[in-house]
Amino acid sequence: MLPHLNFADSNLNFLGKRKYAITVSLILIVISVALLATRGLNFGIDFTGGTLVEVGYPEAVELDPIRETLAAGGFSGAQVQTFGTSRDVLIRLPPSEDDDDPATLSNRVLNVLQDGGPDDPDLRRVEFVGPAVGEELREQGGLAMIYALAGILIYVAVRFEWRFSIGSVLALIHDVVITLGIFSLLQLEFDLGVLAAVLAVIGYSLNDTIVVYDRIRENFRILRKKGTEEVMNIAVNKTLARTIITSTTTLLVLFALAFLGGAALQNFSVALIIGVIVGTYSSIFIAATAALLLGVDRQVLLPVKKEGAEEDQTP
Amino acid sequence: MRNSFPAWLYALIVVVILGAGVYAAPNLFPEDPSVQIGNPTTGEIDQNIRELMGTILGAQGVTPHTLEEQDDGQILLRFETTDEQSTAAEILRNALDDNHTVALNMAPATPRWLRAINGQPMALGLDLRGGVHFLMEVDLDAVIGTAMERYSNELRGRLREERISFDTVERGSRDLSVMFESEADREAAEGWLQRQYRDELVWESRGSGDTSRLVATLDDDHLTELRRQALQQNISTLRSRVDELGVAEPIIAQQGENRIVVQLPGVQDTARAKEVLGATATLEFRLVSESGDAQEADETGRAPSGTRLYHERDGTPVLLQRQVMLTGDYITDASSGIAQDTGGPAVFINLDGQGARIFSRVTSDNVGRLMATVFIETTTETVEEDGEQVMRTSRSEEVINVARINEPLGRRFQISGLDSSREARNLALLLRAGALAAPMSIVEERTVGPSLGQENIDRGMQSVVIGFIAVMIFMILYYRVFGVIANVALALNLIFIVSVLSMLQATLTLPGIAGIVLTVGMAVDANVLIFERIREELRNGLSPQAAIASGYDRAFTTIADANVTTLIAALVLFLFGTGPIKGFAITLSIGIIASMFTAIIVTRAIVNLTYGRQRRLNRLAI
Repeated sequence: MLPHLNFADSNLNFLGKRKYAITVSLILIVISVALLATRGLNFGIDFTGGTLVEVGYPEAVELDPIRETLAAGGFSGAQVQTFGTSRDVLIRLPPSEDDDDPATLSNRVLNVLQDGGPDDPDLRRVEFVGPAVGEELREQGGLAMIYALAGILIYVAVRFEWRFSIGSVLALIHDVVITLGIFSLLQLEFDLGVLAAVLAVIGYSLNDTIVVYDRIRENFRILRKKGTEEVMNIAVNKTLARTIITSTTTLLVLFALAFLGGAALQNFSVALIIGVIVGTYSSIFIAATAALLLGVDRQVLLPVKKEGAEEDQTP
Repeated sequence: MRNSFPAWLYALIVVVILGAGVYAAPNLFPEDPSVQIGNPTTGEIDQNIRELMGTILGAQGVTPHTLEEQDDGQILLRFETTDEQSTAAEILRNALDDNHTVALNMAPATPRWLRAINGQPMALGLDLRGGVHFLMEVDLDAVIGTAMERYSNELRGRLREERISFDTVERGSRDLSVMFESEADREAAEGWLQRQYRDELVWESRGSGDTSRLVATLDDDHLTELRRQALQQNISTLRSRVDELGVAEPIIAQQGENRIVVQLPGVQDTARAKEVLGATATLEFRLVSESGDAQEADETGRAPSGTRLYHERDGTPVLLQRQVMLTGDYITDASSGIAQDTGGPAVFINLDGQGARIFSRVTSDNVGRLMATVFIETTTETVEEDGEQVMRTSRSEEVINVARINEPLGRRFQISGLDSSREARNLALLLRAGALAAPMSIVEERTVGPSLGQENIDRGMQSVVIGFIAVMIFMILYYRVFGVIANVALALNLIFIVSVLSMLQATLTLPGIAGIVLTVGMAVDANVLIFERIREELRNGLSPQAAIASGYDRAFTTIADANVTTLIAALVLFLFGTGPIKGFAITLSIGIIASMFTAIIVTRAIVNLTYGRQRRLNRLAI
C-alpha cells in the first residue's frame, strides 16, 4: 500500500511564496514568447500545406541512397528522415508553386522510389494538404483556441465571479504559452494532433484550477475569521493531494501513450505531458495567486452567492 | 446513519449497465473477409447471376461460408481467409459484366439477434483500417461560363426562330452580349428577352457609337441555384464513379459551400482513384463542315462563320459545325470492347429515348455526310496568381474519330479511334458515370496503407490496456477497497464509451483512441475528489457513514463545475475541428459524461451496498 498524501492539515505557504512563483512564471513566459517570436513553431504540413509520404521498407535502409534517388527523380526539395523505426522513412515535400498537379505528387514520388530506390518500399501513409486548406486549418485552430477561452470565461464568470474567470483564463494562457514555448524550443512538429492536445490541456488545466477555486469559495463561507490569503492557502493545501493524484494517474496513461502509442501519437502525448505538468504547477502556484492579485476576497464573493443555509452545517 | 439508494435507482443502474454491455458487445466479434457484389443500374442481382457465381466459385474451390442478401440489394459473400477473398474477387471481376461491381470488404460477424436490435460494432476510421480520404474543391465559378455558353447557343436559335433581327451573340466569361444593327432593333428585342428569361438573366442595354447591344448577366438567385445543382450533380457523379471503382462503404458528402469529402476504405491504388475521380470527360458529336478550308483556318486562326476549328489526334485540322448534333448528356450506358470493323479498341454507347430520337433525326437528315466524335476533357489545377491561389480550368477538345454516316444511327452505336484499350475502358467508365457539372481538384489527401492501419489499432489498443492497468494498480495501492470500487467504475466507463460510439455509429480514429486513453486518466479524477473528501471528513471526526455521505455531497459541485468546463473545451474542439480532431473530441466528451455517471452514481451504489447496511462501521478501507 502506498503512504497517503496528506496535506489537509499541513499549511504550506504557497501564496506567501507568490513572488517567487510569479517571477518563475514570468521568466518562463517571456522566454516562451521570445522563442515563439524568433524560432517560431515547427508547423507540420497540416498548417503549411505540402505533401508527406511515409514508406515502409522490408529491412533497415540508409537515407542517403533514398535522397539521391529522389533528387535524380526531380524531387530535390524533399526532406527525408526515419520515422519511428529505421525501416520507416518519411519524405516531406514543401508546397510547390510551379507543380501543375500537386495532388498526384505523392504517386510520382512513390513511383520513383519503387523504380529506382534501394529496395521496394510499401506505401504506409500519404498526406497532402493544399496551401489554401493549410491556411484555413491554421485560422480554425486559432479561432478554436479563442472560442474555448471565451466559453470558459463566461461559464466561470456565471458560476463564480468575473475575477475568478479572469484568473482561470490567465492560468490557461500561462499553460498554453509555456507548452508552445517548449515545442518551439525543442522544434517538435506542431500538427493538428498537437493542436488537439493543446486544447485538451486547456480543458485539463482548467479542471484543476476550478477545483482549487471551488475550495476557495467554500472556505470563505466556512472559515469566517481567517484572512483572505490564509483562506486561499488552506484551499490549495486541502486540494493538493487530489491535484497530485489526478496528475499522476493522467501522466501514467500519457506515458503509456507516448511509449507504446507509436510514432503517430508521439508529439500528441508529449504536448499533453508538458501541458499536464505545467497545468499542475499553475493550479497550485498561479491560479490562487492570480485570484488574490485580482482582488478576490470574502466581500466580492459572498454577496453574489446567497447560500447561507449551507454554513450552518459545518462540523 | 445508513447509506442507501432507493430500490428503483439500483434497478436503473443495472438496466443502464446491461444496456451498455449489450451495445458494446458487437465489437467483440471478429470480421469476415468478404466480397460485396452489387448492380448500381438495377439495384438487384439476378437469380441466374447468383447461380453463376456459385458455380464458378465452386469450380475454383473458393466457396463462401455464407451468402447474404443486404438491404440495398447487394450480395455479401463471406470467406474464411483473405486469400480466398481476393481469389474470389478476382474470379468474379473477370466473370461478371461491366454492370456489376465487385468490392472487397471486412464484414463484421455480428450475430443476427444483435443486428436485430441494431447492435453494430464501432466504425473504424481510415487511419485504423487503411484507405483514402480526399477533399475535393469544386470550381463553382465555372458554372457561369457553362451557363453563358448554353444561353448564347440557345439565344442564336431562338432569336432566329422568333424572327427578331439581331447581329451577333457574343459570349464573355461572366456575361453575354446580343449585338443589334440599330437602336430600334434593340428596343424591339428587349421586351421579349426580358419576358423569356425572367428569373434567369438580368438584361442591361449599352449603346456605344453605332453599335447597340444588350448585356445579360446571371440573376443572383438563379446563380445560387445553378451552383447548388452543380455541386449536387458532382456528388452524384462521384458516387457512381466510386461504385464503378468497386469500393465497399464509401463516404461521399458535401463539406462547406464548395467542397466534397470522399472516403474510400481499403483503396490502395490512389493513382487510379485520382484519375477516375478528378477526370471530366465527355463526348460531343458534330457534323464536319463541307465549306471552308481547314488548313487555311488553322494557319490564320480564323474559322469561317458557323464553324469551329478542331484538331484530330495526329494534329490534322478539321472544321466542324458550330451546332452540336448531340452531347454526352444523353448517354445511358457505355462499355468498352473491340471494334468489329477495325479490330481496334472501341466504346459501345447506349442513348436514352430522347437522345435516340434526336440522334436518329439528325443522322437521317445527314446520311452521307461526315460526323466527328469530339472527346472533351477538362482538367483543373491550382496556380498562384498575384499571390492568390486560384483554380484554373483547362479544356482540351480532340476529334477522336471522323466517320461517314452510312445510315441513321439510333439507340446503340460504336465509336472507335481510341489509342488503347485502357483509354477505351476509362472513357466507357466516365461516360457511364456521367459528367461533372463543374471541374474539381483535390485539395487534401490522407492515405493510410493497410499495414499502418493494423499497426495503429494494435498500438492504440496496447496503450489503452497498459495505461488502464497502470491506473488500476495505482488506485488499488492508494485507495484499497475504494480503489477497487473506482476501478469497477473505470471499466464500466470504458464499456460506456464503446457502447455509445457503437450506437451513434461514430467513427473511431487514432486520435479517438488517444481520447479514450486520456479519459481513463481523467475519469478517476471524480473518484479521487470524492475519496479525498471522505478521508478529510474522517479526519475531521465524522463517523464513516457520515463521512461517505458528506464526501459524495461536497465533491459533487466541484466535479460538476470541473467537468462542464472540460466539456466546453471538448465541444469547441468538436465544432472547429476537422476529421481527426473531431474523433478525439467525441470520445473525450462521451468519456467525461460517462464518468459523471460511473464515478458518482455507480461507485456510490457499490459503496452503499458494501458499507451502507453496516450499523457499526468503525473504519473504512480508504
